[in-house]
Amino acid sequence: MLILTCPCCGVTAEETEFHPGGEAHVKRFGPGSNDDEFHSYLFEKVNPKGVHFERWRHANGCGKWFNAARCTVTLEVFGTYSAQTTEPPQDIKDKISAKRPGWSWREFA
Amino acid sequence: MSEAVSALNGATDEGFVRIAECGLTGMITLRGDLGAAKLKKAVKALCGVEPPARGHVAMADHTAVAWMSPDEFLLMVPYAQADELCAQLDQALAGEHALAVNVSDARAVFRLSGGDAVREVIAKLCPVDMTASAFGPGQFRRTRLAQIPAAIWMPEEGVMQIVCFRSVAQYAFDLLKNAATPGSEVGLFS
Ligand SMILES: [Zn+2]
Repeated sequence: MLILTCPCCGVTAEETEFHPGGEAHVKRFGPGSNDDEFHSYLFEKVNPKGVHFERWRHANGCGKWFNAARCTVTLEVFGTYSAQTTEPPQDIKDKISAKRPGWSWREFA
Repeated sequence: MSEAVSALNGATDEGFVRIAECGLTGMITLRGDLGAAKLKKAVKALCGVEPPARGHVAMADHTAVAWMSPDEFLLMVPYAQADELCAQLDQALAGEHALAVNVSDARAVFRLSGGDAVREVIAKLCPVDMTASAFGPGQFRRTRLAQIPAAIWMPEEGVMQIVCFRSVAQYAFDLLKNAATPGSEVGLFS
């Protein structure tokens, strides 16, 4: 079972209290972009075995969106953090490094 | 003037805990910067309590203020005064980035009573740790009640209040009734 702590309201609950929102830190390409960029934004998602970054919404709770760093194999959650970020915060990256040395995810490591 | 009625008109059930729909309850949703001095002052003036901390509810005799999310309070007030108090809030928060809406008729409120067994009824329906050390009077928890969103709090030990959307009031009542069916006690908290 996946257990998440919402950084907005502080509640720790199992995943049925939340709603998944897909990959986090997706780079949006809007007006002025070319077709390849827009295609990558819409369709090219990573689906890693191991460290992953996702968006979640506390749907049956405070209603807020947040980001979560977790392992898709063990369901271990390394940390949750504000959705108002463009990359994982350093303390989250440090926590992952401590447990999964040498990890990388997209351009982050 | 039409006569207001609550969702289930005060329905009750006697299971291994008593379940009662609370009848007309005044509720005001207040959204804004919960840390703003003006907002805190307005809430205190209206409800007579200091605004609650994250995850908590502040209760007075006939009012309560619940922390709903980082930018939302739920004010519980006497039903007949909800409109007037809402207007007062609007006035007190003029010029602030805030919004107060009377949602009394959009919600249903239930009350469970019957000792520690009220914890068990909730534990059967919500993914929340209901042990006394994890949840008790003063705390306020929005969660999932079977298939619907709801919020729970304990006015005192042995009593549980639940608020949900009015449109699912009958579903919520039936869930609670079923979870409190005599003979289905698990006895986890007694
Ligand atoms: Zn939350």
